[in-house]
Amino acid sequence: MKENNLSIKTIVAIGIGAAVFVILGRFASIPTGIPNSNIETTYAFLALMSIIFGPVAGGLIGLIGHALKDLIFYGSIWWSWVVVSLLVGFLIGLASKSIDIESGEFGTKKIITFNIVQVIVQAIGWFLVAPSLDILIYAEPANKVFLQGLVVGISNMVTVAVIGTLLLLLYAKTRVQKGSLDKE
Amino acid sequence: MAAEMLSYIDRKSPVHQLTGVTKLICFILWSTAAMLTYDTRILLFLFLISILIFIISKIKLEEILFVLLFILVFLFINNVAIYVFSPQEGVKIYGSSHVLFEISGRYNVTLEQLFYQLNITLKYFTVIPAALLFIVTTHPSEFAASLNRIGVSYRISYAVSLALRYIPDVQRDFRNIARAQQARGLDMSRKEKLPKRIKNAASILAPLILSSLNKIDTISNAMELRGFGKNKKRTWYSARPFQKSDYFAIALFSILFIVTLIITFHDGSRFYNPF
Amino acid sequence: MRKRVIEFHNFSFKYHSQKNPTLKNIHLNIYEGEKVLIVGPSGSGKSTIGHCINGLIPFSYKGEMTGSLKVMGQETKELNIFALSKMVGTVLQDPDGQFIGLTVGEDIAFALENDCTPQKEMFGIVKDASKMVEMDDYLPASVHHLSGGQKQRVSLAGVMVDKVDILLFDEPLANLDPATGKYAMALIDKIQKETNTTVVIIEHRLEDVLYRHVDRIIVVNDGSIVADMSPDQLLTTNILEETNIREPLYIKAVKYAGCELTEDMHPADFNQFKADLCRKNLLEWFEDSNPKTPSKEGKTILELKNISFSYSPGHETIKDVSFSINKGEMVSIVGKNGAGKSTITKLICGFEKPSSGSILFNGKDITNETIKERSLKIGMVMQNPNHMISKHMIFDEVALGLKVRGVAEAEIKERVDNTLKICGLYPFRNWPISALSFGQKKRVTIASILVLEPDIIILDEPTAGQDFRHYTDIMEFLVQLNRQGVTIMMITHDMHLMLEYTERAIVFAEGRKIADDLAVNVLSDIDIIEQANLKETSLYNLALKTGIPEPRKFVERFIEYDREVRQVGSRDAILY
Ligand SMILES: Nc1ncnc2c1ncn2[C@@H]1O[C@H](COP(=O)(O)OP(=O)(O)OP(=O)(O)O)[C@@H](O)[C@H]1O
Ligand SMILES: Nc1ncnc2c1ncn2[C@@H]1O[C@H](COP(=O)(O)OP(=O)(O)OP(=O)(O)O)[C@@H](O)[C@H]1O
Ligand SMILES: [Mg+2]
Ligand SMILES: [Mg+2]
Repeated sequence: MKENNLSIKTIVAIGIGAAVFVILGRFASIPTGIPNSNIETTYAFLALMSIIFGPVAGGLIGLIGHALKDLIFYGSIWWSWVVVSLLVGFLIGLASKSIDIESGEFGTKKIITFNIVQVIVQAIGWFLVAPSLDILIYAEPANKVFLQGLVVGISNMVTVAVIGTLLLLLYAKTRVQKGSLDKE
Repeated sequence: MAAEMLSYIDRKSPVHQLTGVTKLICFILWSTAAMLTYDTRILLFLFLISILIFIISKIKLEEILFVLLFILVFLFINNVAIYVFSPQEGVKIYGSSHVLFEISGRYNVTLEQLFYQLNITLKYFTVIPAALLFIVTTHPSEFAASLNRIGVSYRISYAVSLALRYIPDVQRDFRNIARAQQARGLDMSRKEKLPKRIKNAASILAPLILSSLNKIDTISNAMELRGFGKNKKRTWYSARPFQKSDYFAIALFSILFIVTLIITFHDGSRFYNPF
Repeated sequence: MRKRVIEFHNFSFKYHSQKNPTLKNIHLNIYEGEKVLIVGPSGSGKSTIGHCINGLIPFSYKGEMTGSLKVMGQETKELNIFALSKMVGTVLQDPDGQFIGLTVGEDIAFALENDCTPQKEMFGIVKDASKMVEMDDYLPASVHHLSGGQKQRVSLAGVMVDKVDILLFDEPLANLDPATGKYAMALIDKIQKETNTTVVIIEHRLEDVLYRHVDRIIVVNDGSIVADMSPDQLLTTNILEETNIREPLYIKAVKYAGCELTEDMHPADFNQFKADLCRKNLLEWFEDSNPKTPSKEGKTILELKNISFSYSPGHETIKDVSFSINKGEMVSIVGKNGAGKSTITKLICGFEKPSSGSILFNGKDITNETIKERSLKIGMVMQNPNHMISKHMIFDEVALGLKVRGVAEAEIKERVDNTLKICGLYPFRNWPISALSFGQKKRVTIASILVLEPDIIILDEPTAGQDFRHYTDIMEFLVQLNRQGVTIMMITHDMHLMLEYTERAIVFAEGRKIADDLAVNVLSDIDIIEQANLKETSLYNLALKTGIPEPRKFVERFIEYDREVRQVGSRDAILY
């Protein structure tokens, strides 16, 4: 790990990000009305953090946040999903350079880029990686885990598309332009 | 909403006395072993050992009951789902079919399927007590020092420590914020229509996220002002030195780990086939 | 000559996002072993000066810096933040933000860990530092079990381990109850004497800081230094009044009485203050007083009956509390840090559900109503402004509640603009909230509830971190609302605010209601004062000191007179 590139800010972002991930993952799921399938707001948050702080932070927030959440609330780690969180955080983070949210500009083009990226990344994560790991680690039947992945994946894509985009827009607006503030 | 979460339970027991590093290493060895093997005999053996360790740890069952119940419900639903999606999985794996009784179509009950599902359940049961015990017998302060000790960079170890430090704070903030927003008319429970609910969720999450981003600024300022990251290493106030029992525990778990791997893989199949 | 440890020379600073510089041509020298207080209105640049000294500017906040700033004789631009942190120890405004460790011991040891101090040595140093702040019994305690005051002490010990030359405090008293605040000042004083450190304190609560000796006071206004003199000298001038900083109450009283203050009367130290010289004036002024009109008795609007509550099983935070509030009343809730004041308000608003007891609104049981239903009647301004803010622009934030309720656009604009003017935020209406100081943010949240016009407004420490002008504006506006029939409850640690604006006070300690009485009576009961960490005001002590026969009446007389004077002034302020 090229740890000299990890600034204090990034480390704190990983720590606090993971704490927020834990809490959102446990308490802030929105009931859809279909039993046992909630919309996880966590991944919208993860996407935001990845875009702001980059791939390393995004990946580690996913890894640490998800592992701690499982440990503290469920007493055991579901490794297959933890790996997906790591992957989603890391891969979305790769787009942080080209989106450059710190510039305060988050127009239609960037919104589209962001959403294309998140959909591809989550497709890889939920449709391929999670089920494969479930089969590998827990020997669960293939058709069960692939369907599970499909449902979870699609719902997370929608959440990130809606809430994630809104959060990014809001964040972009808080980035004030240089020399722009004056009393009226 | 009672926020039931697992946290350190203070006791005097041989398990508590092991250093965090030891427990972390043992936990990793154990989980890996349990993840790799499907051998029923080993799983049973590991499961029995974990119960033994649990008794040694002097943790009472009722202290972790809420999590156990949750896990049992999860396992039950999971088992039902497995059967619904793949009633012949056991037959496929073990290559024989002892039908106990028919239900309809491909939905019959075979000994193989039962045995297969028993194995899956057993596997979860082997993994779970280790994680549970690890979290309730390791003081969170020691956690970061332990990660650092087994080779994780101290910066990332500290990030984990920060996460543990701020989870209760974030939880408190989250409750306050969600309610303050509800007081202004924003809701994300079942009372609103779904699209509105999702949009409201963004408004409710916004203060939590913005205040967390603020926190990141304040905390990194505070850490910077107190010299975090100035050296390539750092020492830990709450690290504990190794005792004899630590070396013993690590040796024991390593042997267990190796034996598991040998037994599991010696015949080329990860499954134990009694049929 | 004494050694200069901090030298600002023609120093200016502009934050990147600002159009104009925040600090303008600052000249300031601070000498070894001095204790200096920086005061100034909210947003005047006090914290910014602090950031320059400890190196957060320019190492963490970016901007343009001109002129020179030397700390311990070295230009800060040429140092790095680690070198500076060896010289300057900072205790930040927000105790939660800077308490980084999981336990007291770890947090104190943080700087030592970063220096790779061996563990054995570390234990010794931590023990010593914790003794100095009297927290040595708490080393294994977790951060979540400490009160605000205790956290502040730990923060102090955390910077003490480094043997720094300069200690910098940014609002060390914010959110501390009166007795704890006093204790904190005594502690800072003790540490300074023992270690001969240079101490710089930034604080709004001037009178509370002057509880212990201060060498010099620097007054900052709008990014410039407008005064730099000894406290005794400063108190004889009108500078504080002109810059909207609250003078110590006893000084104000003496001035109202028409007594000429001079430096050799030692006005800054209450114990040394030669108040006798003003005795004649005070007595004359006092006799001019009119008797106070008793307030009207109203109908009960809110009633709490035997409320108990616990956040976690086994530990009751609120224990069998009952009280009632009359329509049109203005009531204070006071008490120790961690006594459960904020929790009570959360129960009233439905944020938490009591484990037993009931809450009645206009005689109707609302214990089972949802937050949203209650919010139509009861508005609450929370202690931490960051918990309420969800929009990025000030205007949108204040308008949010009205929008959700479907009020017409034109009406929204009018009501929001009006409220913003009252709260002194109108000039900033198109700013993002992220560019505001803490005090300004707090006003945004007050505005966002005021604009909804609920029947009852609950404010959790509305004046914390506010300067005197905004304090007056907010409070006078609340009085106006109150006259129109709005019931107001506020939690406060400011004893004078309680006396001045609310007739009645409800006092909490350790989760119990220990008194519910006229505010003046609360402060005459030594038992209650001690149990609830309250403090007598200096007006009362002034009356005692100068032998004025009825000290209570004297306080009342002051309040009445003061309000008249200020109302003339604040009318201009509202036009702003
Ligand atoms: N990070 C920042 N970016 C841009 N502007 C800032 C920043 N921090 C402060 N300011 C501006 O600088 C001015 C001075 O802020 P500062 O925090 O120094 O005030 P203060 O005197 O400490 O006020 P308070 O008493 O409310 O804490 C404010 O008007 C604020 O808008
Ligand atoms: N969400 C929460 N979960 C658990 N404990 C809490 C929570 N909020 C507050 N407490 C605890 O309840 C007690 C009362 O807290 P509360 O915030 O009501 O005190 P307060 O009187 O408002 O103090 P202050 O004057 O410092 O604001 C404290 O010991 C606090 O640590
Ligand atoms: Mg400030
Ligand atoms: Mg409070």
